[in-house]
Amino acid sequence: MTSASVPQSNTTTRSWFPRNLWDNERAVGVMFLLPAVLYIVLLVGLPFLIAILFSVSDVTVGDTSLDFVGTENFSDVATVDGFQYALANSFKFTIISQIGIIIMANILAVILTQQFRGKWFVRFLLILPWATPVALGTIGWLWFFDSAFSPIDWVLREVFGLLGPGTLLGPAKNIVWLGKPELAQFAVILVQVWRMTPLAAVILMAGLTSIPQDILDQAEVDGSRFFRTLFRVKLPMILPIMIISLLFSTIFTFGDMTVVFILTRGGPVYYTQILPTWSFFVGIQGGDLGQGAAIAMFLFPLLLAVAVVMLRIARRTEVN
Amino acid sequence: MQTAPSSNRRIGLWAAISFFVFFAASPFLCMAIMAFKDSADLYRKANNPFFYNLSPTLEHVELLFNDTPYLLFIQNSLLVGIAVVIITLTLAVPAAYALARLTGRWGERAGILIFLVYLVPPTLLFIPMFRIIVALGLRNNLLSLIITYPTITVPFCTWLLMGFFKAIPRELEEAALVDGQHRIGAFLRVIMPLSLPGVISVIVFTFTLTLHEFIYAMTFISSSAQRTISVGIPTELVRGDVFFWQSLLAAAVIIAIPVGLIYNLFLNRLVQGFTMGAVKG
Repeated sequence: MTSASVPQSNTTTRSWFPRNLWDNERAVGVMFLLPAVLYIVLLVGLPFLIAILFSVSDVTVGDTSLDFVGTENFSDVATVDGFQYALANSFKFTIISQIGIIIMANILAVILTQQFRGKWFVRFLLILPWATPVALGTIGWLWFFDSAFSPIDWVLREVFGLLGPGTLLGPAKNIVWLGKPELAQFAVILVQVWRMTPLAAVILMAGLTSIPQDILDQAEVDGSRFFRTLFRVKLPMILPIMIISLLFSTIFTFGDMTVVFILTRGGPVYYTQILPTWSFFVGIQGGDLGQGAAIAMFLFPLLLAVAVVMLRIARRTEVN
Repeated sequence: MQTAPSSNRRIGLWAAISFFVFFAASPFLCMAIMAFKDSADLYRKANNPFFYNLSPTLEHVELLFNDTPYLLFIQNSLLVGIAVVIITLTLAVPAAYALARLTGRWGERAGILIFLVYLVPPTLLFIPMFRIIVALGLRNNLLSLIITYPTITVPFCTWLLMGFFKAIPRELEEAALVDGQHRIGAFLRVIMPLSLPGVISVIVFTFTLTLHEFIYAMTFISSSAQRTISVGIPTELVRGDVFFWQSLLAAAVIIAIPVGLIYNLFLNRLVQGFTMGAVKG
């Protein structure tokens, strides 16, 4: 190991203090790691503690003195309609979109591991929803769901004749996607699936391409057909990676406020409100930092659960 | 028997590709078409939204560049991006090297801490962060973003780089150590040149992550001159309830295409970064 080289370099050169220090692996390790750890502790650990403090105090933008109020913020926020929608929707949107994402991503990953012409360009188009800043991609959907000029409405109306007076979805000439509770919720979930599928797919792709070729060859020798190989060999083998991609997309969906903020601002009424947006509206726009922090705290249990699962997986792969 | 299933498979493959490409890319295609649409064409319900019923116009793209702060947003985003890249590299490169080579037990714990941080979303921390930024007097100052964005980028980039450093054979730097170089010398002369692709990936991803960020930029910055693209475009190109639709969509697609191209180039490394931490511990 490297420790053997330490005395050796000492004998070959002058030994002045910093030199010894630089040869000491432990000291260099600490020096290298410390800045990052300090930064993280200061700008993530400290804010996290402050978030907990805020959530049990009466701090507002106007009055920044911290007075302990116990669980008052939690009971105050919990009784408001907006919060109840936000809590329920955060879970609902996350769970439903994950189902869509994992199905779509599996198909997409299988597609992208096939050989075909123009693959580079196809991959570019498929990755766009995730590569583009969320806020900007969502603007495109905002137009798709426009109350008067929605291209989706146009197709339904002018191409399929399903919309307008005397038709199946009529008589209105527009669906007004973002004005109706269920459709607005559907829109939010759809955009989450749209932007997260590419990420989940490329993670799964990494799993698929790392399956040893001899296992696939063996399946082929055994006369296994495409779908049989897929379901019996490939998918079971990438299960751990599937869980990882699911965990990432869960966290990114659960913690995201951009899609809802741009599409609906939580409306109509509270029907698409989620914890991050509600926390923003109460804490920043409403100026009640304590309540805002309390609302955001409700994100924590799920994130903690995800972190625990993640660490378990990490430990298990390490043992193997 | 030999050709029939494989040609069926090709048809099936291309059908699936077409569906996914349509789903993924149609919003962008629409944006690109819309950017050049005449208002008289756009705001008629009967007009086909996917074609030019009247001849296309550059009017709205010109409006975007000449009469809106679009270029200013881009400039702000570039400035923040470059600064955050520098800070991220300064913190993540040594930390990743230490985690890959140097530290023992407590270093592993520190590694787990950094890994867990990359699971904490900004939406959990933005309220206390806002107080800290106000207390530091950095509201409406791009510095507020420059000092907070590395909380998002450092953990991810540390894991990405760690994978690179681990992949470099120990023998190479041990040879350098035997030759009388000290640790840092070995690190700079042997490890860094070999992990240049990793460093380039970190630069790309740090930069694009800062372009994506929304909630801190939304919370800390409220003057339009200091906005970044992610927040500036959806908030400032809307006047009251009136959307400048063509300019808005043009603004989005002009950013989306180059960022998408860059992502595509570095996709494999990105995936590596995501799975490294969880899979390889």
